[in-house]
Amino acid sequence: MKRYLSSGIFIAVLLFLWQLAAGRMDAAYILPTPTGILKKLWELREPLFLVHLPATMKVMAIGLAISVALGVGLAVLMDLSPMVEKALYPIVIASQTIPTTAIAPLFVVWFGYGIWSKIVVTILMTFFPITITVFDGFKSVKREMEELLFSYGAGKKDIFLKLKLPAALPHFFSAIKMAVPLSVIGAAIGEWLGAQSGLGYFSRRMMTQLDGAGVFAPILLLSAMAMILVGIISLFENILIKWRKEL
Amino acid sequence: MLTFKDVTFRYPEDEEPMVENLSFDVKRGEFISLIGASGCGKSTIFRLINRLLKPEKGEIFVDGKEIGTIKSYAGYMPQKDLLFPWRTVEKNLCLPMEIQKISKEEQKRRVSEVLKEVGLEEYREKYPKDLSGGMRQRISFARTLLTDADLMLLDEPFSALDALTRMDMQEWLLEQWEHFHKTIVFITHDVEEAVFLSKKIYVITDTPIKELRVEVVPQDYPRDRDFLRCPDIELLKAKLTSLLRKQVE
Repeated sequence: MKRYLSSGIFIAVLLFLWQLAAGRMDAAYILPTPTGILKKLWELREPLFLVHLPATMKVMAIGLAISVALGVGLAVLMDLSPMVEKALYPIVIASQTIPTTAIAPLFVVWFGYGIWSKIVVTILMTFFPITITVFDGFKSVKREMEELLFSYGAGKKDIFLKLKLPAALPHFFSAIKMAVPLSVIGAAIGEWLGAQSGLGYFSRRMMTQLDGAGVFAPILLLSAMAMILVGIISLFENILIKWRKEL
Repeated sequence: MLTFKDVTFRYPEDEEPMVENLSFDVKRGEFISLIGASGCGKSTIFRLINRLLKPEKGEIFVDGKEIGTIKSYAGYMPQKDLLFPWRTVEKNLCLPMEIQKISKEEQKRRVSEVLKEVGLEEYREKYPKDLSGGMRQRISFARTLLTDADLMLLDEPFSALDALTRMDMQEWLLEQWEHFHKTIVFITHDVEEAVFLSKKIYVITDTPIKELRVEVVPQDYPRDRDFLRCPDIELLKAKLTSLLRKQVE
């Protein structure tokens, strides 16, 4: 608890200053007060929690699941074959030079206003950290350990299953912890560009109504959701990888 | 047991070979130490035996068979214990047997047997992080035993241990060797360790390694440390030290 004290105090001071500044400005459509945002969150609890939050979570869950499968799959392929690594690595890097917000409207044209255009944005934002971090995990395996297994008569499959896969687990968890907040951003961007539901969509609708607190309320919910998810993943990580420091 | 026949090896980045037309034998059941200055090529010889490096020329035989044609012929114990931190002691010990596709029941039986031998039965379910340096090396040695190979290659296994633990481990290793009747090739750069442990000491005096100079330790087993103070052993240690020094110069 003690380690969170300083950041807790810092956040409290910032919120207090925000409350003071917003109260003085008295322009809630531009800068609502933190208490105003909380009040709005309570007022809009039903549509936010029952309609828009599940819609965004669905996009995130599907997007993340595909990203994990794609990212881990690419990392495995690149690790197994240097030729595949040479062919794919530059493409994976190049995919991150594409400005997502600029290309996202195209996804709406290609995949329509349904869920898939949002999922594609989410995948584009999250598969990269998963691929690269898991691939680095495979590469970080100590050469001596590989050689030891080889001296036991192990083939590529044994080395992968008994050494590389477990050794890359900490990297996998780091990748997921990076990907979760990005999936929130990806889903929200997708929803901003065109949707019928979702926290991103809701935030945009509130903006057209010049409702500052209404814009912030779903954003607050998005941040809280990302933090809770990262917290849950960290919990699993601590339970599953007690040996992390030994690597 | 182990035969090098005219073996030549060169690292791709080097002009000079590291090993040139090297021939030597190790007999079954012997405890041999291989000594030489740092970087002289001791580990290269092990890597050649393990097939981690391929000789440019020549052949290596274990039990009369060329090593390219056989599997699991040597148990290798590296300098670091290299225990897998995500595996319990039991699961670490099972590793070589899992690779050899030995049945689970047999794995359990052999692990129980070897843990009893190394005196660490109660640590079966523990993780490597729960073990001391000496215990980790014992488990690493036990894992090497479980490769079931008659030839064991030990690459400076005690170099990272403190002096007292190291002495304990040397005495323990001799007991294990006498009990299991394995053939051991032991790399070290510590002259006293080599003299205490082995019957014969193979000295690398030059690079490229063209031959190994053989020195016999005039002392039978079982041994205690007192023999290290005998005049002829003191002479042998001085001779070995001077050979190593010459190489460094």
